[in-house]
This record gives sequence, C-alpha cells and structure tokens, in this order.
Amino acid sequence: MKAKMAAWVSGIAAATVAAFIVAEPVSAQEAAKSNELVIYSARNEHLVKPLFDLYTEKTGTKIRYITDKAGPLLARLETEGRNTPADLLITVDAGNLWQASKQGVLQPIKSETLEKNIPENLRDEKGDWFGLSVRARTLVYASNRIKADDLKGYEDLADPRWKGRLCLRTSKKVYNQSLVATMVERLGKDKTTQVLDGWVSNLAAPVFSNDTRAMEAVAAGICDVTVVNTYYFGRLQKKNPDNGLKIFWANQGDSGVHVNISGAGVTRYAKNKDAAVDFLEWMSTEEAQHIIADSNMEYPANASVKPSEQVASWGEFEADDLNVAIAGEKQIQAIQLMDKARYN
Amino acid sequence: MPYQSISDPAAAALGSSLLNRLPFVSKRWPVQSFSSAGLTTLVVLIAALVLLPLGSLLLSWQDVQWDVWKHLFETQLGGLIWNTLVLVFGVAAGVTVLGTALAALISLCDFPGRRWLEWALMLPFAIPAYVLAFVYLGVFDFSGPLQSWMRTNIDGFTWVDIRSPLGVITVLVLVFYPYVYMLARGAFQGQGRSLYEASRLLGMSAQRTFWRVTLPVARPAIIGGAILAVMETLADFGTVSVFNYDTFTTAIYKSWFGFFNLKAAAQLASLLLAFIVMILILEKQLKGRVGQSERQRVMPRHQLQGMNKWFATGFCSVVFVLAFLLPVVQLGWWIYSTSLSDLNARYMRLVTNTLLLAGLAAIATVAAASVLVLAKRFQPGRLSSWSEQIGSLGYAMPGALLAVAVMMLFGFLDNHVITTVQTWLGLQAKPLLLGSVFALVLAYLIRFLAVALKPVTAAFDRVRPTMHEAARILGHSPLSVSRRVYIPMVMPGLLTAMLLVFVDVLKEMPATLLMRPFGWDTLAVRIFEMTAEAEWERAALPAMSLILVGMIPVIALIRRSRVG
Repeated sequence: MKAKMAAWVSGIAAATVAAFIVAEPVSAQEAAKSNELVIYSARNEHLVKPLFDLYTEKTGTKIRYITDKAGPLLARLETEGRNTPADLLITVDAGNLWQASKQGVLQPIKSETLEKNIPENLRDEKGDWFGLSVRARTLVYASNRIKADDLKGYEDLADPRWKGRLCLRTSKKVYNQSLVATMVERLGKDKTTQVLDGWVSNLAAPVFSNDTRAMEAVAAGICDVTVVNTYYFGRLQKKNPDNGLKIFWANQGDSGVHVNISGAGVTRYAKNKDAAVDFLEWMSTEEAQHIIADSNMEYPANASVKPSEQVASWGEFEADDLNVAIAGEKQIQAIQLMDKARYN
Repeated sequence: MPYQSISDPAAAALGSSLLNRLPFVSKRWPVQSFSSAGLTTLVVLIAALVLLPLGSLLLSWQDVQWDVWKHLFETQLGGLIWNTLVLVFGVAAGVTVLGTALAALISLCDFPGRRWLEWALMLPFAIPAYVLAFVYLGVFDFSGPLQSWMRTNIDGFTWVDIRSPLGVITVLVLVFYPYVYMLARGAFQGQGRSLYEASRLLGMSAQRTFWRVTLPVARPAIIGGAILAVMETLADFGTVSVFNYDTFTTAIYKSWFGFFNLKAAAQLASLLLAFIVMILILEKQLKGRVGQSERQRVMPRHQLQGMNKWFATGFCSVVFVLAFLLPVVQLGWWIYSTSLSDLNARYMRLVTNTLLLAGLAAIATVAAASVLVLAKRFQPGRLSSWSEQIGSLGYAMPGALLAVAVMMLFGFLDNHVITTVQTWLGLQAKPLLLGSVFALVLAYLIRFLAVALKPVTAAFDRVRPTMHEAARILGHSPLSVSRRVYIPMVMPGLLTAMLLVFVDVLKEMPATLLMRPFGWDTLAVRIFEMTAEAEWERAALPAMSLILVGMIPVIALIRRSRVG
C-alpha cells in the first residue's frame, strides 16, 4: 500500500517537476542585456512591431516586448517594482498615461529633441510621458440623409431635434470617457450632465460596443450621426467606400475637435534608461512618426510631419488645445456623470 | 461516509446499513494502512496555491473603497446584479435542458445520423465563447448579411437588435452545453441495464422509467456540467462585452480600468467569490454521489419510429449547425475575403507556443487534481474533504482579476522571498517567477483545477475498494496492484481530464496576456489583438486555427469515450 502510494505520488511529482524544468530555461534567459530594450505595449502588436523591427535594423538595439491592455500592464509594473524588466511603457489614451504617472511607475525625462518635436499640450509637463500620435474623435454622419449644415458639435447632439437619430458607443470605452472629461473641464458638471441626459434621450439604439458598429448603424439607416475616432472611419472607408458616411469636424469655432494620443514613457526602474530615451526620441522624428501615424491612419504628434494622403483628404480642422492630461484628471468624474445619466 | 452508491439519502442509509451486515464487503478505504506526510504537504501546497491569490482579494477589504461602492450602489449595481442573475439562470436552464435532451437522444435512442451526431455535438467545445459571440454578431446583427438582405427585400424592415438578454444567453448556451452533454452522456451510458430492467419489470413504462430512474441517476453528472457552465458564465467578460450586456464583471472592470481602483475591483470580485462558494456548497448538498453499477451490459437503445426519428435527427443537426458549422463557415469566409498576410513564419510559432503551454498546463493540472483526489481517498480529513470545492474556486473568477491576483502573489514572492534568498546566498538578485513559463503554468493550474477535478474523481471512483482487496487476496503485491489495477483503470479518466484542461487553456486569454514570457504569444493573444480593435475579419485566422487545434483533443476525447 505504502509503496503503491509512494510510487503514485513520486510519479506525479516527478512529472510536474519535469514539466517545469522543461519550461524553466526559457525564462532564465531573461537577464537584461545592455543593448536590449524591453517594452510593455498597450498599443497593438501589428502597429508597433514594424517600428521595433526598423529600429533594430538601424541601430542594432534588440527590442523585446509584451502587449496587453493598459490596466494589467500598469498592475504588472507596479507589482514588479524595482525588479521590472520593462524600460518603456507604450499605451493608448492620455488617461492611461496620466494614471501611470500618478502611480509612479514612470520617470521624468528631460530631452530637447522631444520637447521640440512634441507640442506642449500632447505631453506631460514633468516629462513622464510624451504623445506619439494624435487621434481625433469627431462626428460621422449619413451624407445621403442629412447635410453638414445641420451639425454643430458634441454638445449640440443633445438637442431634441436629434431625438431617435443618434448612435453612440458605450461609455465604458476610454475614448468616450476622455471626451466627456474634457467637457467636464470646459463646461462644468451641471452643463455636462445636461448634455449627457440629452444624448441618452436622443439615442436611436442601445449603445454599441465599438466605433465601427456605431458607424455601420448610421450607414444602415438606424440613426443619422455618431461620434467616432477618425481612423475607424478610415478603415471602414477602405473596406466600403460608398457607404454614404462623411466626417464632420465638431465644435469648429469654439473648443475644437477632441483629440487624444497614444504615447510612451520611460519606466521608473528602467534598467536601460539611455536606450529607452534614444528610442523615444527616434519615435518623435519624421521617419518614425510616419510609421506610427500612417499605420493606423492617425495624425502625427510632431506638427512638422504631414499625415498620410487618405487622412489628409478628410480636411483640416481646429483641435482642442487643452492638455490631454485632463482626460486622466477628470476621468473618474466623467464616468460618474455618465453612469448617473444612464449612459452605459 | 466516504463511499455510498445511491444519491437518495434514505436509500443510502439503508444501503450502508445493509453493507454493514455483510462480512466481506468493506465500505471504507483502509485508512490506517496509509498515511504520508508527503501527500499532506502536497495537498496543503496546492490548496495554498489556490487560496493565497484569492485571499489577497479579501485583504483588499482592509481599505474599503466607499466612494466606488456608494457610486455603484446609487447608479448601476442593482441593474448589474439583476442582469447577472438573468444570465446565470438563463444559461443554467438552457445548458441543462439542451445538454440533457441531446445526451438522452444520443445515448438512449437510435435515429438516422445518430452515430456521427454523437461526436459532432461535442465539437462546439473547441469554440471559445468570445469567438462565437463576434461571429454571431457578424452574421445576425443589422450590418450582417441576413439583415442586410432583409432590408433590401422586405418592405418596411429596418432592423432587429439581437443584442438582447436572449441573444447573449443563446450564445453562451451554444458554447457551454457540451459540458452537460458530455457528462450526461457518460452518465446515461454508464448506468447500465439493471436499473432500467428492474424498473420495467416492476411495471413502469419506458417513459416513466426515464423520468423516475434514468434521469435521477444521471442527476449528479448533469448538475456538475451545469455548474461548470454557470462558473464560466460568471467569469465571462468577452461575450458580454461584445454584446454590450452589462453584468457584475462589468462593474469589476469598470472599477479597475475606469476608476483605476484595483482595490475596489478586488472587493467586488470577492463578492462574486462568496456567491460561487454558495453555489459550490449547494452543489455538494444537492449532488450526493452515485457509484457506477456494472458496465458490461449497456442500456438498450430505443428505436425511434416515423416522424419522431426525423425530428430527433433534425433537432440534433440544427444544434450542430448553429453551434459549430455556422461559425466555422463564417470564419472561413472572413479568412477567404481578407488577405492571408498574417500567415507568416511567426504564425507557426504562435501555434507551437499555444500547444506547448496547453500541454504543460494539462499535465500539471491533472497531476495536482490527482493529488487532491488521492488525498481525499486515503487521508480523509477536513482539508481533503473540501479540496474539491477549494480547487473549484479559481474557475469562476473573472480571468483578468484572477490573473492579477496570481501575478501579485508571484511578484510578492519574487521581491520578498526569492531575491532575498539570492542575496543571502551571495547570488545576483534576480526575480525568477514573474514572466516565466513556470508562473504562467501555475496560473493555468489555479484557474482550471476545477475542470480536471471532476473527471479525475470519476476515474479514481472506478477503482473500488473491493477490487483493490480482491487483487491483494489473490496474492498481488501493492506495486503489482497499482500496475495491474490502478493504472489501467485510472489512465483513461486522467487522459480525459488532460484533454479538457488542454482545450480550456487554448482558449484562455487574460492570464496568458498578463503573465506570458516575452515572445510567448499564443493564438488567443493574437485574437485579442484583433478583436480589441474590432477587426473581426483579421481575428478569423487565429480563431479558426484555435478551433482546429482545439478539435484535435476533442476528437481524441470522442474516440476515448467510444472505447471507454
């Protein structure tokens, strides 16, 4: 009996240990090497990988990375503390960057190149993070049913004349949280609540889980107008050019189009800070800016770099010049107001 | 009562009192003959591995996040709890009815196409819930081919919103019914002929026999399957977010990603945990245990006649088409309509990573489950009697949160134990756990122990005390007993368990995302990258690959279940 059990237990234990030994050498190789950069990215792999490959080709610096959502990556950085292998954090949305800075997982960088290339409202004032691409969130409408003259901007969509004609993406998406956060900053809580109430009562359909579906709803005639990031419009335009959808630049002549960024910051405990700064600086130059912006049909953060042809064809617009950090500062308030207005 | 053979308590009591009077039938395992500190240590280790991360969720209560609670309470909490309950009860009812009906038709009746439907109906197990969700939305939503066609051809038709509670429940039932189907099918086929014949001899009709005998005997298996489905539903985030159906997990993720408040998320999650503990206790009460009767004489199949037999064929085929064929065809179409540029050399690496991780996790998880089951068998005690419930806890946590809890545990060990020891030994201090394959496999183990426990328990249940004793009386040494009795009888069940865990690990997303080592991207990671940006067409290729890879073990399972 004893022998049998012992055989079982030791067999199982041996199998387990063997399984882990097989696996272990892979992780043991992970010691940081000097000309190697480790990046945590919340920006999608197929958008960042071409950039990494080009940089490795040019400089010989090897780049290793993992991708995930911003929340888990921040939690990982915080948990790893001073033992983190990461040198650089890349993420979308200024709110996430602001939060990373607040949690103390980034470090301030002084760099003339970055300060020259990246406009002041697109970076952290301490230098914890820098915007690398700009995404504009504006109105898209059914040009076969309504005229551009009917549209004004975000707040105007709360007007009763849009009743049953508005489609929106869920408020759980950070893009909408950031949009409403800037509204809280400009208009105050009460006015923002009125706008949100108006939006909700104008909805033609329950909110959608992504921008693309919201636009498809406009194209299908379920509603006349929605609010989306322009690169989603670009993708849909490529797929189906004659869907009758057009971009309208919101709030021209007052606050301007709401813009957000994707950006990056050097981690507080970066093992390879110099390499991280070098890479960050390179990402603000024209060569890299084209790849960053064009691969996702966004706008370059570096104002001297031109957007791609397709993006330029949507026309020029006046952008909101608030510092994008507001998105982070007011995010909680924005969510609370949206929840209260039953905008889910 | 470690071993009883009938689920009804009164009958069980009667049975055991009868057993007591029979001199040669032992009703318990020879506890005294075996006690091992090693086994106890292993059990404690495994329990600690599961409980520590979950315990860290409870620690969050040291600092109650009143702001978040107050806000949620005032705005959404009621609605979210209601939505969650609707979903849980809907899915539980749906998988129970659908899974049991299919299993009963397949294993008790005969009709045209039965033989291939028997295995075809298991294939949907290889489809991740989030994949079926986005495929269904793609096909049936207003922008999909069906409604577009209706808009152009039917006057006055604008659209129907399929993002309703019924829509979500349908999708989840179609992906989770195989749990009930597989377990119930085994229970129907395994219960043997004697009970059925006894009932018929006592004058009950075939129909009444089904309702009064066959179905009740299969009850534990059906409930077990339904509980797995319920736990998956509670943990689900992918499907509900595709349908924009807000549940309790929505509040958890909102607290974390929206309010940047991981503590509040942990507090909410621990409430979910309390709910799951209640379900598991209820299951323990409800289920009882059923032993197998002799297996050599299989139940006779009832030949369906006339309309009935075609109805059975039609019903089973419709389920197969909706749950498997339709999504596979749609994914195939998307792959065909996009370029195959994603299919490069790195793609093979994704597949091998996926297979390797799932394989390691399957071995480790089944090993741990075997330890728990053996302990329960040979060292009955308070800890081991609850080991199954403890082991099940990880399964129902929202994956991302469990992943973070596990990551924090390993991070703590890295920063406070491992590096300290390294420094003390004069080595270079270097964290070993986080970002290692080892830690990721442990995370899978914690999450999927529940999946392995049920088949492993069933496997060891097949070896009865009498068999063990008979072999000993016939002069076999303990080693020979384990070689000639245990291993042959237990191995098929262990393999089944490994295959189940394997398929679940293939589909797992949040822990893989958070804890994978550099370069260890898997197919699920690739699906995440594409679906996160709503690029469904480009997600089709990894999704289809995942289904194909997942079908290998499912087909192996089917072959096993034919033989066994």
